[in-house]
Amino acid sequence: MIVVSVQREPFSLDAALSRLAMAGPGAVASFTGLVRRDDGVEELLLEHYPAMTEATLHQLAEAAQARFGLAGVVIVHRIGALVPGDPIVLVATAAAHRQAALDACAFLIDRLKTDAPFWKREQRGGVARWVAPRAADDQAADRWR
Amino acid sequence: MVRLLYFAWVRERIGLDEEVVDPPAEVATIADLVGWLHGRSAGHAAAFADPAQLRAAIDQRFAPLAAPLAGAREIALFPPVTGG
Repeated sequence: MIVVSVQREPFSLDAALSRLAMAGPGAVASFTGLVRRDDGVEELLLEHYPAMTEATLHQLAEAAQARFGLAGVVIVHRIGALVPGDPIVLVATAAAHRQAALDACAFLIDRLKTDAPFWKREQRGGVARWVAPRAADDQAADRWR
Repeated sequence: MVRLLYFAWVRERIGLDEEVVDPPAEVATIADLVGWLHGRSAGHAAAFADPAQLRAAIDQRFAPLAAPLAGAREIALFPPVTGG
């Protein structure tokens, strides 16, 4: 079972985990990314490539399902204007055992950061700036290749 | 004719989110296209000043700048992605 959504609205972690539990796994795991509040960010704007985004996330979910033998994958990514503390992204997985569920969450969020067509623009002190990619994100994604 | 889509600071510098262009036959790769587009306006020149900062997709699949354009219907040009 694969569920992918790109949406402006907030998402429900409970709803995602309940949906995965219906697949009858022994384990569900999840990762939620939030807008960081620690460095003066007032707003985060998320832009994406609509015709490509959901297909890319679906391919990542299929890759995770095949690699880790998952019973289910949920990926939700928000777009539009967000503020510190807002949830941005959710990946959740269901598997027979914990290791596959946990590893698959790490795989999905690491690869999503480098492989999905989203761009973040931060606003601080009224000044907007496009976020630059981090080498650490490339390294995190590379460990799954 | 090929449809071009621009995202993030590429879109902002050019001032367009998309346009349709008809590049000459000698424009064979995405890198050639970027070089050709550079001369279209000051905004294009600003967006394409440093091709090392650009990433691309052909028909909604990521492609290196050396990729050939042959048969492409939609080409997107954008900065490195920063989602998640």
